[in-house]
Amino acid sequence: MLELKNITKRFGDRTIIDKLNLTVKDGEILSIVGPSGAGKTTLLRCITGLEQVDGGEFLIDGQPFDPYTNRTNESVIGVVFQNFQLFPHLTVLQNITLAPTMVLKESADDAKATAQKLLDRLNLGDHGDQYPYQLSGGQQQRVAIARALAMKPNVLCYDEPTSALDPNLRQEVEKLILGLKADGVTQIVVSHDLTFAENIADDMLHVEPNQTK
Amino acid sequence: MHYIFEILPSLLSGAGMTLQIFLWTLVGSLPLGLVLSLGLISNIKPLQWLINFYVWLMRGTPLLLQLIVVFYGFPLIGIVFPRYEAALFAFILNYAAYFAEIFRGGLQSIDNGQYESARVLRLSYAQTIRKIVIPQVVKIVLPSVGNEVINLIKDSSLVYVIGLGDLLRAGNVATARDVTLIPLMLVGVIYLLLTAVTTFVLGRIEKHYSYWK
Repeated sequence: MLELKNITKRFGDRTIIDKLNLTVKDGEILSIVGPSGAGKTTLLRCITGLEQVDGGEFLIDGQPFDPYTNRTNESVIGVVFQNFQLFPHLTVLQNITLAPTMVLKESADDAKATAQKLLDRLNLGDHGDQYPYQLSGGQQQRVAIARALAMKPNVLCYDEPTSALDPNLRQEVEKLILGLKADGVTQIVVSHDLTFAENIADDMLHVEPNQTK
Repeated sequence: MHYIFEILPSLLSGAGMTLQIFLWTLVGSLPLGLVLSLGLISNIKPLQWLINFYVWLMRGTPLLLQLIVVFYGFPLIGIVFPRYEAALFAFILNYAAYFAEIFRGGLQSIDNGQYESARVLRLSYAQTIRKIVIPQVVKIVLPSVGNEVINLIKDSSLVYVIGLGDLLRAGNVATARDVTLIPLMLVGVIYLLLTAVTTFVLGRIEKHYSYWK
């Protein structure tokens, strides 16, 4: 279970997130929705440790942790970026196994076996030796998911998972995220697409542009 | 024809000196340029100023002048280099400045998302630079580096000013002694051969990196 307590984030004298409290239960999906500029992505960047918060604390299973400085081998948060950010010079398999071997110190064989399992699970079993540019957007997204899951995160976060894809792929993404939920993955999804967010969410967080900015 | 064979040994020995300066300058200046470029993109302001000053000094004065200063000027403050070492010292420092600027451009063209992607996978800064950034930068900077490498073959002729016997000097000596342009024409042909081989090798390296986009 991931808990946020009194999380505050400011840029200069603008308060983007003001004393936010939030709980994501294990195996559930939280959708974060709201108009552009409301701070959805900023919130996600705080949770994923790409921004430092100005106040409040994060708890994972009751234990405090700081995503910004967390550098231990305990992988807590996984991220699927809006434009995936795969490593273009590495094959699909290398993209997935790089961090497990270098950070978690898994053996190359173990990492590869895990990666292949993830790819099979995501219907990409035959694509391990291809390079990202050879894949469609939807396939690249699934590689990004596999790469994040290979680090065995407690929570998997998505930034606008539908926006870089063909509109008719939206239902595919819904199925994918719900399928991962069935596997027990806890997920946080940031989206401006309300219907999509509602279809997958166990819980919704509406963020509004802060009035006090 | 007979004359050509007569002067060829001295020209080839000059070409040997040219090649030595060429190779050792690359061996020294490419890694040095890379380290300097990492300093240029770092957040440490004094380091940036220092390297920028260095680059300005090296690119802002003629290499010929730098050779003269290293060989004839440094002894005045107690630093004495033999001719060959003086030449390498000046060439490496000079070319490192150009390479630093080329690498800086390459480094800055890497999407910030690649760093963030590596960060959420918990790769260290050193791992990110080594495994994610440099392989991509190498591909990006290859054409510009190739340009400098070709330049270097011909720039190496400047070592005549501190009395080293390179290819062009060997041709000059023969031309002055025998009052004929043939040695210099031959020198031109040898430079063309050297650049043809270098161009071929550079092309192969670029092709090697064409497996990803």
